[in-house]
Amino acid sequence: MVQFVLTRLLRAVITIAAVVTFAFVVLRMSGDPAQVMLGPDVPQESVDAFRRAWGLDQPLWVQYFAYLKSILTGDFGVSMRDKAPAIQLVLERVPATLQLTLPALFLKLLIGIPAGVYAALHRQSVTDRGVILASIIGFTIPSFVLGLLLVLIFSVTFGVLPSGGQDTWMHGILPTLTLSIGGIGILARFSRSAMIEVMGQPFIRTASAKGLKWREVVWGHALPNAAIPIVTIVGFMVGSLIAGAVVVESIFSWPGIGRLLVVSVTNRDLAVVQCILLIIAAAMVISNLVVDLLYGWLDPRLRAHVAH
Amino acid sequence: MSTQTPNLVELRDLKVAFDGVQVLHGINLDVAHGDALGLVGESGCGKSVTWLAALGLLPGKASVTGSVRLGGMELSTAPRPVLEKVRGKRIAMIFQDPSSSLNPVLRIGRQITEALAIHRGLTGEAARAEALRLMDMVGIPDPRRRFDQYSHEFSGGQCQRLMIAIALAGEPDLLIADEPTTALDATIQAQILDLLAELKRETGMALVFISHDLGAVSQVCESVCVMYAGRIVEQGTVDQLFSEPRHPYTRGLFDAIPRLHGTRERLIPIPGTVPNPRELPRGCAFSPRCPKASNFCHTNSPRLLLQPDGSSLACVHPVEVAGTGAGKARIFEEVMQ
Repeated sequence: MVQFVLTRLLRAVITIAAVVTFAFVVLRMSGDPAQVMLGPDVPQESVDAFRRAWGLDQPLWVQYFAYLKSILTGDFGVSMRDKAPAIQLVLERVPATLQLTLPALFLKLLIGIPAGVYAALHRQSVTDRGVILASIIGFTIPSFVLGLLLVLIFSVTFGVLPSGGQDTWMHGILPTLTLSIGGIGILARFSRSAMIEVMGQPFIRTASAKGLKWREVVWGHALPNAAIPIVTIVGFMVGSLIAGAVVVESIFSWPGIGRLLVVSVTNRDLAVVQCILLIIAAAMVISNLVVDLLYGWLDPRLRAHVAH
Repeated sequence: MSTQTPNLVELRDLKVAFDGVQVLHGINLDVAHGDALGLVGESGCGKSVTWLAALGLLPGKASVTGSVRLGGMELSTAPRPVLEKVRGKRIAMIFQDPSSSLNPVLRIGRQITEALAIHRGLTGEAARAEALRLMDMVGIPDPRRRFDQYSHEFSGGQCQRLMIAIALAGEPDLLIADEPTTALDATIQAQILDLLAELKRETGMALVFISHDLGAVSQVCESVCVMYAGRIVEQGTVDQLFSEPRHPYTRGLFDAIPRLHGTRERLIPIPGTVPNPRELPRGCAFSPRCPKASNFCHTNSPRLLLQPDGSSLACVHPVEVAGTGAGKARIFEEVMQ
């Protein structure tokens, strides 16, 4: 068990290191922050001075090791634009993003899983077909289309909900809906197929043959088995709580991490972009780790496998 | 089959169709208290479907007609709560693949105690004690330690023993054993058969043993039904059928069994294959494979008729009775080996 956790942890560290390196190299190869920050018409001396000030005149590998050293000591650099520590700028935006992504996650779980399970238990019924159709529509519409569609309907046509900003809770409704609909569709489809698969297993017939009530067969025998694949998908959703709203925040001018990322990439604000990518990677890796541990808890066969 | 005691279960004209394709063509069958009945036939002949239908365990797309009576209670039209009270309590069932018939994520102890809770109201320590007794009774060594284990920690034979323990939890009047030894290797098969025979003796419950293995059936059953393509074609006591199989299909089943003793003879397979239920031949379903079939057989479906010796037969050109006892005894002894 200890070995299992340690190998997973090691893998997590390697993944994060890869993301950090990749982000560092790509960002530096793909554009000059000095040009973007200072504009096109500044004299060469100013550009050189800017580069010297931020260490951009150093060879790439020197910059890279300096960067590695600083993040290992907890220093994530300073924003070239705001001159404030990057980590501070990023953390300031986390609550705003969670304000959208947490309610969206609850909606996904609350609607997606029950809809999928219900559809599986009433297979081939009108409800089942309705759930399949709705979930396909839900997860195939890209969020930038869905967001604009919702704005068009609720803000432009009916004028009942605001189309952007963060002033009241009403402002959160459309972005939260936009964020959750795709996930509801994915979870519904996944829960449905997981449940159909489990309900066809011989042990479900045994449970019925035993005289258990239908409800007990579903809750006590089928769901604990169906939970194993569902947890995988939910794990991805939890992992993207922080980073999952880039497009939606941009559409609805929501001042969260996603929007900060877009703005920082445009401005070539290296420290901020790197900091956000690091946090996104860490969130994903941690949630995957938790999912791995949950598997062991849900599935005794895996637990035995790990123990050996 | 005794006529004095009222029958425990009576199936009348039981028919099953999947998506409009009929797979069971009117089964009439009685099981009396304490009976041990074998149901024999090739895969897909409807032997399992008969009892899954009787207990309402077929998937929703199956349409079931006819009557299933359990001690005066009609089950075929009974609502789900009534069936739930019958399953496990009056009629229990065990299945072919014991390892996948147990829930992989629930502890074995819980899978037994939940049956004790619904059928006998036992909970807590009482349920645990009774579950341990049942595990011991079906031959699980060290039940106290194994109570909290999961199905993957047991062998296939032990899983079938646990399935039997779950089935016994409700103290049923009838146990349906649906090919309980097919997935097990030969030595374990023999142990499970012994266990079933012993439990039947001790508890007095009736047993329906579904199998394609005539030898296994002869070990635990007193009477046998042979099924072909969704119909019963021959029915009688083990002695009658094994000494004088009358239906050409039954006869074919015996001829296809390798003999352990006597001269080495070439096995005689039944030519052809089991017909697809979608395209059953006209007349007797066995006629295309039958060496004795006449034109009549290809156009008319024979009814299952009571014979003078008490057996039943659905054939107009049955295998002739050998006459002397010598031939009879030979088959019987050799199959019983």
